[in-house]
Amino acid sequence: MSRRRVVITGLGPVTAHGNGIAPLWDALCEGRSALAPIRVFDARGFRAASGAQLPDSFDVKEFVPKSYRKATKVMARDIEIAVIGAHCAVKDAGLITRGTDPEHAATIAPDRFGCHIGAGLIAAELDELTAALATSRDENGKFDPARWGAQGMQELTPLWLLKYLPNMLACHVTIIHDCQGPSNTITCNEASAGLSLAESQRVIERGAADACLSGGADSKLNPMAYLRQELAGRLALCPIDVDATTIVRPFDISAAGTLVGEGGGLLVVEAEECAKARGARIHAVLSGTGASQSWCEDTVGLLPDCSGESLADAIQAALQDASISPSDIDAIIPYGSGVAALDSLEAKALAWVFGDALKDKWIITLAPSVGATYAGFGAIAVAVAAKCVSEQRVPARLNSQNTPTLCATVAASASRSLRHILVCTPSLGGQNSAAIISRSN
Amino acid sequence: MTNTTFASSQQSAASRRVVVTGMGWVTPLGHDVNSVWQRLMNSESGMGPITRFDARTFPTTFAAQVKDYDIARFVKDASVHASAGLNSQFALGAACQAWAQSGLDRCATLNKKRVGLYLGAGEGVVDFENYAASNLAGWDEATQKLDGVKWADFAHKAMDRMREVEQEPNMPLAHLAREFGVRGPALNCLTACAASTQAIGEAFSLIQRGDADVMISGGTHTMIHVLGVTGFNRLTALSTSKGDPTKASRPFDKTRDGFVMGEGSGMIVLESLEHALARGATPLAEVAGYGSSADAFRITDIQPEGRGGAASMGVALKQAGIDPAARRSDGRAAIDYISAHGTGTKENDSIETRGVKRVFGENAKDIPMSSIKSMMGHLIAAAGAVEFITCVLAIRDGMLPPTTNYSTPDPDLDLDYVPNVARAAKVDICLSNSFGFGGQNDTLVVKRYL
Repeated sequence: MSRRRVVITGLGPVTAHGNGIAPLWDALCEGRSALAPIRVFDARGFRAASGAQLPDSFDVKEFVPKSYRKATKVMARDIEIAVIGAHCAVKDAGLITRGTDPEHAATIAPDRFGCHIGAGLIAAELDELTAALATSRDENGKFDPARWGAQGMQELTPLWLLKYLPNMLACHVTIIHDCQGPSNTITCNEASAGLSLAESQRVIERGAADACLSGGADSKLNPMAYLRQELAGRLALCPIDVDATTIVRPFDISAAGTLVGEGGGLLVVEAEECAKARGARIHAVLSGTGASQSWCEDTVGLLPDCSGESLADAIQAALQDASISPSDIDAIIPYGSGVAALDSLEAKALAWVFGDALKDKWIITLAPSVGATYAGFGAIAVAVAAKCVSEQRVPARLNSQNTPTLCATVAASASRSLRHILVCTPSLGGQNSAAIISRSN
Repeated sequence: MTNTTFASSQQSAASRRVVVTGMGWVTPLGHDVNSVWQRLMNSESGMGPITRFDARTFPTTFAAQVKDYDIARFVKDASVHASAGLNSQFALGAACQAWAQSGLDRCATLNKKRVGLYLGAGEGVVDFENYAASNLAGWDEATQKLDGVKWADFAHKAMDRMREVEQEPNMPLAHLAREFGVRGPALNCLTACAASTQAIGEAFSLIQRGDADVMISGGTHTMIHVLGVTGFNRLTALSTSKGDPTKASRPFDKTRDGFVMGEGSGMIVLESLEHALARGATPLAEVAGYGSSADAFRITDIQPEGRGGAASMGVALKQAGIDPAARRSDGRAAIDYISAHGTGTKENDSIETRGVKRVFGENAKDIPMSSIKSMMGHLIAAAGAVEFITCVLAIRDGMLPPTTNYSTPDPDLDLDYVPNVARAAKVDICLSNSFGFGGQNDTLVVKRYL
């Protein structure tokens, strides 16, 4: 049975470099890092005081129709990233939806338009919640549930919960762009966006939709979400007066942790015949995906598989799904966070799949420029991979000096022949995702 | 009217047939399939006062809690799961039952790289005591803002590493993978109240595509904690009925005033038919269709005509090769039973009824539709999986679970809600609906394995 080919027609990454693919691509090629002191909260009490925060100029209201501006009040930052990414992706794809142009007829039928978004565990805004909690203290200043139940909870806006449900990213995006097809929210930490793209691929293949907004978004620049990353052993030591742009060193022997980047974004993925029928520009082909689960005897959760075997399985599955062999891969975008244990796991998995040829594969690292982007990673990485194959160029690499296991040291952006790029990641929790992004003929 | 037969299901694009070979659950009515099913047949209720925290002054003071649960009864070595939150603990108990029933625990030749996981698991329970204390310690009264440095100073001492990690919604996957040693494709989706129906549907689709031979699927969740009850109380989604909590969940009744929170897990083992037969397993039922849609309407309201639910039902029925408006050769309506989303909120129950009529037309009145949420409350992300299991049991036993607490008919809701008492019926094909806050709609069609 012949399979519907799935192509990427719209890129909408949202990163600390700005909205859309252009500012991200320029920054990556010029070798700029967005890592700097965090402004959205005072992070000096944490192991790392710097991260990659979205530009202060970002305003979600500019990315929704006038009639929807009121609803932006109930958007957590994660939701805002998804909403901005959706707008950028739809525009880039040359689609008309009621969200981008309410005056004209949509160019995609709502019931043929799906939406799959990877999301993180969204943390509540602490100023808002604590202002309410503070009304319910007992004589000793401690939280008193009796006062909270009787009165204090009324301080929270009635829609409070809806800011933080992970599926509200897709809820807002589907309303704004009128996506009435299959919609899902994948919550598998770093693997979330990659797994969402794979689900869009399956949905389009089985004919349940013709196009999907797909990707992921995550903001851990909130004290609670941020502390979780520190407790999980992810953060590099980076006091506020240290130059954060040099701290994240993926695969380097001196790698000592990562810094958090908020971001993610959405892509338009589409059945090839539909994209061709409407004369769309095709950035790249989503030619295969794979997934697997890791576990090990010792721990549940933090570092589930030191051998990298299961991540290798996901990569093998993606290669098989794309009907290509390891030798066809020209470049790789791993998670490459600079967390030594995770880097090592990834390097072992890649060595498993590519053997000695790994040293010839061009590694693209994103974390030194945009930070570790968690549930948003797959969306950013696949957008970059699509740009790489369409431009036949690789971006610059930063920071790493000595990477004995693979080729990831400092390098300038260069033109390069690229047919297939592998994007892969493990995750806290053990889910692995892999995708093959291929040049469109 | 035309006759519809199973043969037409061969029109669907995917070729691999997918069957259920194991089921398990941990619910407010008990922790094994048959005893809980019997209690549903007896119209029993799992509701009572909330005991997890002091909820006496909350607008809602009751819920359907899981009682007397101990994962050591289910897992091989509980110490491996020592850090597991309640959501993962429930998931482990339910999945161990399903795994044992499937017989895969005794299958020496099982390739665990071909066994995947697709859950609709909810996030873990927040460490509220330390969270609230950290927030208050960091609170600056003068500026009415949080002092990040003070907050961090307190929180670093108060919070526990694994307790925080366990709140990530993909941690039940990690625990199940560790317990069963499986390494296939693994995903968790969280589409609110639709999550585990969607998980089963996508697991079904992964097996059809050939990405796995076996999938453990289902959901797990508890939101019976301070912020969970707060959130739903503020949305005015919960019943605030006074008096007997066992009468609070009244789906389809005119006096319904919101849902009652439940908690727990439902898990199933799905398997390609060829894989199940090759190892001599007994299929319990066959998954015949799955449909998913988005309302794309409003943040808080359901599209009033039931457009989204009708779309997911329509797609699922089409995939199953069932014409909803037709009758079978023996005169029966196109399907035998609908497990309703049936939350007991004003809006859901009337719009779901409208959606069912939109899909089934004249047939709708002849198709019994009930909500077990009347007895075990709303298990949120886990609800769909538990309800799917009741559909399989309905097929097995030829019995339909009732909608209890049905005493005042609502003139606008005129379908057969199987009021108050279980009913014997010929059951071959069931449909199970789940609709999430935020507009995700999912429907499964499950039929007798023939």
